[in-house]
Amino acid sequence: MKRVAIVGYAQHPILKNAGALNEVELIMPVVHQLFNDLGISQKDIDFTCSGSCDYLQGAAFAFVEGLSAIQTNPPIKESHVEMDAAWAMYESMLKIQMGDAETALIYGFGKSSPGDLDAIISLQMDPYYISPLWPDRVSLAALQARVLLDQNVITSEQMLASVIEARANSKNNKNALITDLIDEADYLKNEMVSSPLNKLDCPPISDGSSAMIIASEEKAYEFTDHPIWIEGIDHRIESSNLGSRNLATSDTLQASMNQLNLKNIKFDVAELHTQFSHELPFLKSLLNLQDVPTNLSGGPLVGNVMMCAGLDAIGKTYESLKDNQFTHGLAHATSGPCLQHNMLVHLETQK
Amino acid sequence: MSTEDTPKDYSESPINLEYFYTAGSATTRFLNQVKEGNIVGQGCPKCKAVYVPPRGSCPRCGVATDIEVPLTDKGCIESFTVVHIPIPGNPIVPPYVCAMIRLDGANISFLHLIQDVDIENIRIGMRIQAVWKPKEEWTHSLENIKWFAPIDEPDVDVATLRFQES
Repeated sequence: MKRVAIVGYAQHPILKNAGALNEVELIMPVVHQLFNDLGISQKDIDFTCSGSCDYLQGAAFAFVEGLSAIQTNPPIKESHVEMDAAWAMYESMLKIQMGDAETALIYGFGKSSPGDLDAIISLQMDPYYISPLWPDRVSLAALQARVLLDQNVITSEQMLASVIEARANSKNNKNALITDLIDEADYLKNEMVSSPLNKLDCPPISDGSSAMIIASEEKAYEFTDHPIWIEGIDHRIESSNLGSRNLATSDTLQASMNQLNLKNIKFDVAELHTQFSHELPFLKSLLNLQDVPTNLSGGPLVGNVMMCAGLDAIGKTYESLKDNQFTHGLAHATSGPCLQHNMLVHLETQK
Repeated sequence: MSTEDTPKDYSESPINLEYFYTAGSATTRFLNQVKEGNIVGQGCPKCKAVYVPPRGSCPRCGVATDIEVPLTDKGCIESFTVVHIPIPGNPIVPPYVCAMIRLDGANISFLHLIQDVDIENIRIGMRIQAVWKPKEEWTHSLENIKWFAPIDEPDVDVATLRFQES
């Protein structure tokens, strides 16, 4: 494997409703900020890859319009994933491994405010047996939360703690959407949205964008004195048939951990793409992160830009390693219902 | 339970999603001017290309088009097609002409109707001008322009309209 490093990351302040700002107007500021911070331009980028979901905009090929935020003259090499931009980062990583690029710009964007996110997300399900039932994203998450509680994998106290901690950690994240602190009484005041999840167990509807630049070892030091190395990256998906999955565990995450040899690594920090409160204690236990500071940015519970939040977990881990002189960080991104598809990224500061 | 003897070989699952669509802040500035009967394009601060209607960025340079460029409602036909097939719900009776309209001073064209002329006389490069609806019907839409109609000016060689990099 060629060594590849993250050299920069920028995030738009997460908004409840970006209003008149369209997607291009959300993307431009973060890409410009990233270029300005590193003192580079699009000409220094070999490959550009974005992650977004056309259904969020309600327009076919909406992702092509997103490219208007990028300098495309002279012509550029680019690609897109209809997924979280964490997978755009994965594609960029492959492009560098294949020797087709030394540097890559990744960006993700999403506005959840214009449409009905519950309806939109249900369209990502199996189109024959599940989508026609229009299961909403909260009910699907609740299904897994119920399984985890019933099988004593997690406790409701842990779910409450996830919510309270996320709010407290939002102070570390200048772009967080939700920053007000809450206590147990506030939490219990909220009615169930879909039992056992109440409103505060769920992420806020969010608009925003993020961008990242990665580079091969040869190029990384041209961009920054402090690259953070992608020591390992792996992603695996489970069946689209919910009934055939064991929602109380994740064999695929286990396989990813083995593949990346994470067992003996002492992580200093982790950022997990846990959109619902029950997912945090579940993944912390699966990934052996019980004693590792996790989601210091507040995570998706304080701002959850669709198609960005996974890339943000990687970006926040990168920032954490860089700012705190930590050595090892673990980032997680997810896609699909009930943590169906997961990516793990092991980041490491140069020893 | 169904008592049908034959197995069902298909099912319908209609999809209907509703969105609150926003034009973007640049297009909003443009549409506010259109409501007043003005066509104001937006220029790229780097390559100086002028976009109408503007979408918020120069896709060549990837920067915001923050220069307002007032334009006239005159231009030429960059390309056109004659529509013979009726479209359900469309009140216009075929045959009619859709054309890419290149306004003077703009570097991109937009789609609109051509009327007040025999179809066989329409040609690329023909000079045209907007025919506006009565002022009291103006709204935030290019539909304020009913159509474009030919004017008595010499044709333009559209090849000369190609964007020249400065």
